Amino acid sequence: MPKLKSLEDLQRIREQAKQDLKIRTETGTKIIVGMGTCGIAAGARETMHAILEELNNRNIDAHVTTVGCIGMCSKEPLVDIEQAGQPRVTYCNVHPDMVPRLIEGHLVQGVVVEDWALGRIPQEGIGQSKE
Amino acid sequence: MRELSLHVLDLLQNSLEAGATRLDVSIEEDLTADRLTIEVRDNGRGMSAETARQALNPFFTTRTTRHVGLGLPLLAAAAERCEGDLAVDSQPGSGTVVSAAFHHSHIDRAPLGNMAGTLLAFLLGGDDRPLRLGYRHRVGDEAFEFDSAAIEAEVGGLPLSYPPLRDWLRDFIAEGEASLAVAGRATGTEGRGAGTGHEPSHALHSAVGQKGENDAKAQES
Repeated sequence: MPKLKSLEDLQRIREQAKQDLKIRTETGTKIIVGMGTCGIAAGARETMHAILEELNNRNIDAHVTTVGCIGMCSKEPLVDIEQAGQPRVTYCNVHPDMVPRLIEGHLVQGVVVEDWALGRIPQEGIGQSKE
Repeated sequence: MRELSLHVLDLLQNSLEAGATRLDVSIEEDLTADRLTIEVRDNGRGMSAETARQALNPFFTTRTTRHVGLGLPLLAAAAERCEGDLAVDSQPGSGTVVSAAFHHSHIDRAPLGNMAGTLLAFLLGGDDRPLRLGYRHRVGDEAFEFDSAAIEAEVGGLPLSYPPLRDWLRDFIAEGEASLAVAGRATGTEGRGAGTGHEPSHALHSAVGQKGENDAKAQES
């Protein structure tokens, strides 16, 4: 069991965070992965880990969270990207190998990756308009 | 689903939907009795006896976005096809316990798969409500366990998604799970057999593992 060594690591991380945490209060970027039965069966867990990995590699700060099924099971894994002041964009059939291009396009260049986008949800609105 | 760990993730998501804040996952691999038991216990809103019974019906769901609810029925099928069963024990207001039992060495039993991936996806993907996850995985005489609250206390309430902490968590769980894989391989021998002297059983195990994977692929197509 790696427990004893780990406790020291945790103390170190705690110290590190004291200096670090100011920078990462509110990021304004939210990535939501569909993690219902359908999402999980379609590989959403691996997609989520690919997203975390890519954000980490590029040093991008975003809040990654999960949500249940929204009724479009055949399009899973579904990934929504929401940035402050912009409509929320839903991407469909997002597999791990697509994640780098998605992050590069949407978050780095600020351009919606139209090929994979399913639709967008306006900031306040409930209605969804198709691309 | 291809891995039992995916079912565990599904159960954890069910618990979240039920408003749970405290979840306990237990995986017991009793190699002597050749039994694998997975249990997820939560303090969510629970279900009436009727709803709990209905939950095993694939055409029942409390959702309004679709008309089927396959999570529990799929797990029940996964258990039943290898001489196991699924039990849902729930009461309104006092949470739910789902336990699935499997014949451990049954050829149709899906591999447990990437439990570390499941636990991380759950711990990192939660919403803003405070969650406490207890985890215990036992293989033979070896066990790996942790309590997310103890980890959070140790880092002074830092969010688990804080990158250095997230990396630590990933390694911590991966190492814990890996130590159990060694324990499982060394069954019948004394101790955990780190390093030399156990290559034959190691090789045998990975051969069996690969065969299992091929089977899964064959089933899929």
